Amino acid sequence: MERKISKLVLRKDTPQKNCGVFNRKIKVLVAKPGLDGHDRGAKVVARALRDAGMEIIYTGLHQTPEMIAEAAIQEDVDVVALSILSGAHMTIFPKVQALLKEKGAGHILISGGGIIPKEDMEELEKKGIGKLFGPGTSTEEIITYLKSNVNLQERV
Amino acid sequence: MVIISGSAEKTSKKTWQEKYKKARERKEKFETSSGLNPEPLYTPEDNTGFNHDEKLGFPGEFPYTRGVRTNMYRGRLWTMRQFSGLATAGETNKRYHFLLERGQTGISVAFDLPTLMGYDSDDSHSLGEVGKCGVAIDTLKDMETLFDRIPLEKISTSMTINGPASILFAMYIAVGEKHGVSSRKLQGTIQNDILKEYIAQKSWIFPVEPSMRIITDIMEFCSKEVPKWNTISISGYHIREAGSTALQELAFTLADGMAYVEAGMKAGMDVDVFAPRLSFFFDSHNNFFEEIAKFRAARRIWAKKMKNAYGAKKPESLLMRFHTQTAGCTLTAQQPENNIVRVAFQALSAVLGGTQSLHTNSMDETLALPTEKAVQIALRTQQVIASETGVSDTIDPLGGSYYIEYLTGWFEEECEKYFKQIEKQGGVIEAIKKGFFQREIAKSAYSHQKAVEKKEQIIVGLNDYTEGDSLEIPLLRIDPEFEAQQVKELKSLKESRDNMKVKETLENIKNAASSKENLMPVILEAVKAYASLGEIARALKDVFGVYREPIIF
Repeated sequence: MERKISKLVLRKDTPQKNCGVFNRKIKVLVAKPGLDGHDRGAKVVARALRDAGMEIIYTGLHQTPEMIAEAAIQEDVDVVALSILSGAHMTIFPKVQALLKEKGAGHILISGGGIIPKEDMEELEKKGIGKLFGPGTSTEEIITYLKSNVNLQERV
Repeated sequence: MVIISGSAEKTSKKTWQEKYKKARERKEKFETSSGLNPEPLYTPEDNTGFNHDEKLGFPGEFPYTRGVRTNMYRGRLWTMRQFSGLATAGETNKRYHFLLERGQTGISVAFDLPTLMGYDSDDSHSLGEVGKCGVAIDTLKDMETLFDRIPLEKISTSMTINGPASILFAMYIAVGEKHGVSSRKLQGTIQNDILKEYIAQKSWIFPVEPSMRIITDIMEFCSKEVPKWNTISISGYHIREAGSTALQELAFTLADGMAYVEAGMKAGMDVDVFAPRLSFFFDSHNNFFEEIAKFRAARRIWAKKMKNAYGAKKPESLLMRFHTQTAGCTLTAQQPENNIVRVAFQALSAVLGGTQSLHTNSMDETLALPTEKAVQIALRTQQVIASETGVSDTIDPLGGSYYIEYLTGWFEEECEKYFKQIEKQGGVIEAIKKGFFQREIAKSAYSHQKAVEKKEQIIVGLNDYTEGDSLEIPLLRIDPEFEAQQVKELKSLKESRDNMKVKETLENIKNAASSKENLMPVILEAVKAYASLGEIARALKDVFGVYREPIIF
């Protein structure tokens, strides 16, 4: 691994303590794996999720699956959202999934989006990856999906 | 031609405006991408003080608002240049022949991500990425295959390569030699615009300062050895695609251009030696008139800056030549066939704006690399514009339109405001380090997304005129077996070449990098010994280090 993960944590307001099941925010790691530098989508989604009240950690570019899995565990996130526009999705999604499982973090929801053909999305979903979103998706749709698929109570 | 207003017209516009106020408008707000709220009507009053000779002049003459050639498209049409690269050099070479046989007039190479980032196909960073969004080039051998049976003395080649531009360019020169074509005859462009990589596209390798040094080395080398080569294609395209407005695209690109000019002059070169080989690359987006005005303003601002701020004297230093690509980010995955129509309008803007070459996107590019059929329609779109519409028969046919001239002037004024902001931060490089451009672009991208979601911005097929399930179109798939094949070939090449020679040339690169010696000759020597892209990049990284991005969203 060439470098350590650098990250930026953004919160809309002061973070709430884990004092109760219902107060905790959904915590999302937005990550750009691989060599792909197209970060417009990742950044837009990160902002939209933050504005929807979630806690967002954005990894920045060029992350290896190992770096992403590590950060997800360290930050104890509910969701790992990968943005891939390079065509490497069939390699990277399963790799991150395997690493999370290996490290005992199989409960983390893996979602994401990018330039991903429909058949590939279906195949990845069959492997247990969460919903993937293509070009033109509204951020509302992503927010609704995450809110209804992350079970905050389970993990208090 | 714009007529300077007299008092009689003034009264009549006012009277008309009174009437207009009582009429209803179909929506609350009219706005260009750059945040200008256009008036319902433009008249001579909106262009008061407009001086024809000063603002427009004639085609091929200062300030080049109307075009860079005296005869423009009546002499020669723009170059129809489709950007392409898919997986193997062999497959890509076939696609080039396919396009050339169908009337394409120039080649444009799309490299895969490992190549763009300076990694070999067998590097661990390249896993899953080899050949996915372009052609994989590891060594001169791949480059030889890529240009097999392509007449390099006749065809101009554009290579979208930045961080490792010097290396791929050296490979191209070496292929030329093998074809018996002297470097003096080679024509084409390397993108080589590292500033916009830090700003928007994010395929960088080295830190900013050594990257700038490599660029000035290339400029100097080309002025002597490859005089017909465009050494940098200063690109707004990626800035726009990352989410900027038309104004930001224009202002940031011109600012980058000026930064290169300043770097060249600082390295001791005469501005008139390197400036004629600088070229530009813009996006052509949806707002038809805004785009046309942007292109016209670009030429005028550049010509004035080069003349007044940098003292350039040669006409070739003053005139801005540019390539245009239609806006990939406007393509929709929903009802993808509508993209054909979008591309046609965007291409028309580029032609009316006086572009020198044009890439029209294929309708399926938001889903995958384009199929042959999709890319053929895209090319045919250009041919229809060129042969059937008549727009290329009269030079700058929109010149003198009240609205177009107003908009062109507006861009010029607004760019100056951005230039001042950038200057205040200590120039382009400092502004990059502070994340200024990155923040501006992220802000624009987010507000665009919000506008789309609130339906303030209608996108046909996406947030209006939608249909249930989207039409499926056939997509091009890259065979996953390819990566293993490419890695195998690279390994066997590394075994069969003269490795002592490779080692020696890589040492020479390190030595040159540590001194002030021009890097191009030693890189050329290394590629000819079949040193790989990754090995050369690593040698340079050993001396220069790597860039780290400030994380901003």
